[in-house]
Amino acid sequence: MKVESKEPLFRISKRGAMARGKAWGIRLIAVALSLVVCAFIIFAIVKMNPLKVYGAMFEGAFSTSKRTWVTIRDTMMLLCIAVGLAPAFKMKFWNIGAEGQILMGGIAAAACMIYIGNKLPLVPMLLVMAICSLIAGGIWGLIPGLFKAKWNTNETLFTLMMNYIAIQITSFFVAKWENPFGSNTVGIINARNQAGWFPSLFGQAYALNVIIVMLLAVGMYLYLNYSKQGYEIAVVGESENTARYAAIDVKKVIVRTMGISGALCGIAGFIAVAGASHTISTSTAGGRGFTAIIVCWLAKFNSFVMVLIAALLVFFEKGAIEIASRYNLNDYVSNMITGIILFFILGSEFFINYKVKIRGSKEETK
Amino acid sequence: MGQLIALIQAAVVFGTVIMFGAVGEIVTEKAGNLNLGVPGIMYLGGICGLMGAFYYEMANPEPSAFMCILIAMLCAFLASMAGGLIFSFLTITLRANQNVTGLTLTIFAGGFANFFGGSLNKLAGGVGQINVAATSAAFRKTPAFFANMGDVGVLLSAFGFMVYLALIIAILMNWFLNKTSVGLNLRAVGESPATADAAGINVTRYKYLATCIGAGISGLGGLYYVMDYTKGTWDSDGGIERLGWLAVALVIFTTWKPKRSIWGSYLFGMLFWLYFYIPGLTRSSQEIFKMLPYLVTVIVLIVVSMRRSRDDQPPAHLGLPYFREER
Repeated sequence: MKVESKEPLFRISKRGAMARGKAWGIRLIAVALSLVVCAFIIFAIVKMNPLKVYGAMFEGAFSTSKRTWVTIRDTMMLLCIAVGLAPAFKMKFWNIGAEGQILMGGIAAAACMIYIGNKLPLVPMLLVMAICSLIAGGIWGLIPGLFKAKWNTNETLFTLMMNYIAIQITSFFVAKWENPFGSNTVGIINARNQAGWFPSLFGQAYALNVIIVMLLAVGMYLYLNYSKQGYEIAVVGESENTARYAAIDVKKVIVRTMGISGALCGIAGFIAVAGASHTISTSTAGGRGFTAIIVCWLAKFNSFVMVLIAALLVFFEKGAIEIASRYNLNDYVSNMITGIILFFILGSEFFINYKVKIRGSKEETK
Repeated sequence: MGQLIALIQAAVVFGTVIMFGAVGEIVTEKAGNLNLGVPGIMYLGGICGLMGAFYYEMANPEPSAFMCILIAMLCAFLASMAGGLIFSFLTITLRANQNVTGLTLTIFAGGFANFFGGSLNKLAGGVGQINVAATSAAFRKTPAFFANMGDVGVLLSAFGFMVYLALIIAILMNWFLNKTSVGLNLRAVGESPATADAAGINVTRYKYLATCIGAGISGLGGLYYVMDYTKGTWDSDGGIERLGWLAVALVIFTTWKPKRSIWGSYLFGMLFWLYFYIPGLTRSSQEIFKMLPYLVTVIVLIVVSMRRSRDDQPPAHLGLPYFREER
């Protein structure tokens, strides 16, 4: 009996390493396509000329120097979280708990501002705040890390639940510290004496945010690529068995890396409270812990690529909020647009890793 | 007794939302797809059901209850399936990472839902917030036939039809996954897609269908939330997202068994509302009590990982992509 087999319409095969330029070309095409789709959606909602949409978006992000600095500040915030997540994700440890780690860091910073206040000079005060945030975020990261190391407890869900526990702890403190009474918000902390606020450097309120985050980003790049511990993280991420064979203490690496990851996210909380909002609420993290995961993943843990992706996403967020406010609509539209862009970038990775051959087309000549 | 009944009623309403979410996600995960987009899918179900009902009520000054329910459910189910389809296309066909794709879906759908939830009425030329009173009333209509059964009757007849629908779907899915050959094939795909493939099961088709239908079921949880919990209005405080993550947690709690989600979801509801019935709590200490469902999930997670019982393990290939050429 003769079996007739039909060639499928698409044949997919794995590609070897693709030239870097070509890979970036594909990603750029994906971003461009996503922009076209977003423009159509915006057009369908507000009937605004799609080309003008991007003009308006640009104005929203950069039209005044204040706006530009807010855009930079928010980019740094997202970058800081992504940098914090990088070691965990490189180890293939799914730290979905950045939201909680940020909040715990934020609570620690806010607590210092409220209880220490003006009693310390600014520099030691900021140092104390940073250390408290570091420890609070670190503990929040260490807990799931310890259980993962000891019993291989699923970290994705553990860290996710830790977010909500942190949110409830934040609500608890917000109710405790509320000011004025009955408002259910903490209000601007130390509004009068600005104790524990980031000072402005070179005349810029957010210059310190940039300096801290850039130092962390460069430091993380060096740590992951040129240190022994960074190498251990990479090996554990590739294969735990290989790591064991190479006499790497896998448990120790897991716990240590999660401590570092949580601590850096705690620092992000410190920056959010002391360097940006000067208050604490359950929306201090505001979903950025989740967005940062995608930033970190798409950048393949490379700090410098993270800067680009974070800047792109914040630009669209600001732009979309600008359009929404011009038309008196709510700014959740920015999340929608972020989602669409990310869908396209995620999908584009396929064309970088795989070759698609359509039935009947000629074999590619090598 | 009155307080206990009130607590149970609140727990059942709360539990029903996450029961839909969890049962849908169990079906998805049994096929090996870990869809962290459940909150997003519930958002889609909620908002699209609301939008369908909104336009229907706007076009018909005297809407019929039956059509209200039909349109809202259809819109919710189809929109959620579309969410599942985006996830499936990206993870199954384009082999994107499941966790990242799921999170992106949640970000996207959360934005979509809160945007339209907040702006739809304005876009349609109305004033104030969106409200679908007739549809919500149809969803909240309680059955009469338990009425003369005393306290039990009061308890049983306090809910709209979707509470009973959730129970039916949970039982049905339990039967489907354990007793039908299609269900067993589905589980084989989640355990070992390569083996299933060799046995002639179309892995891609199973994964697509399980994810999309699972998403449809999860989305009904969002619809129930909108129509019953918030009574046909839209609340952009992120309530659906919280419950969506709890639904993901409930999947772990049930150790991937739909029948356990029945009591599991009501238990979560009880834990969530407990603070309301404990005397002497201040506004700040209430917040500590609201932590309970999450804390319990963490404890269950730890206990399951410590016991390592074979019955309680996730599908072996959960979260991993399958590519025939990669063995």
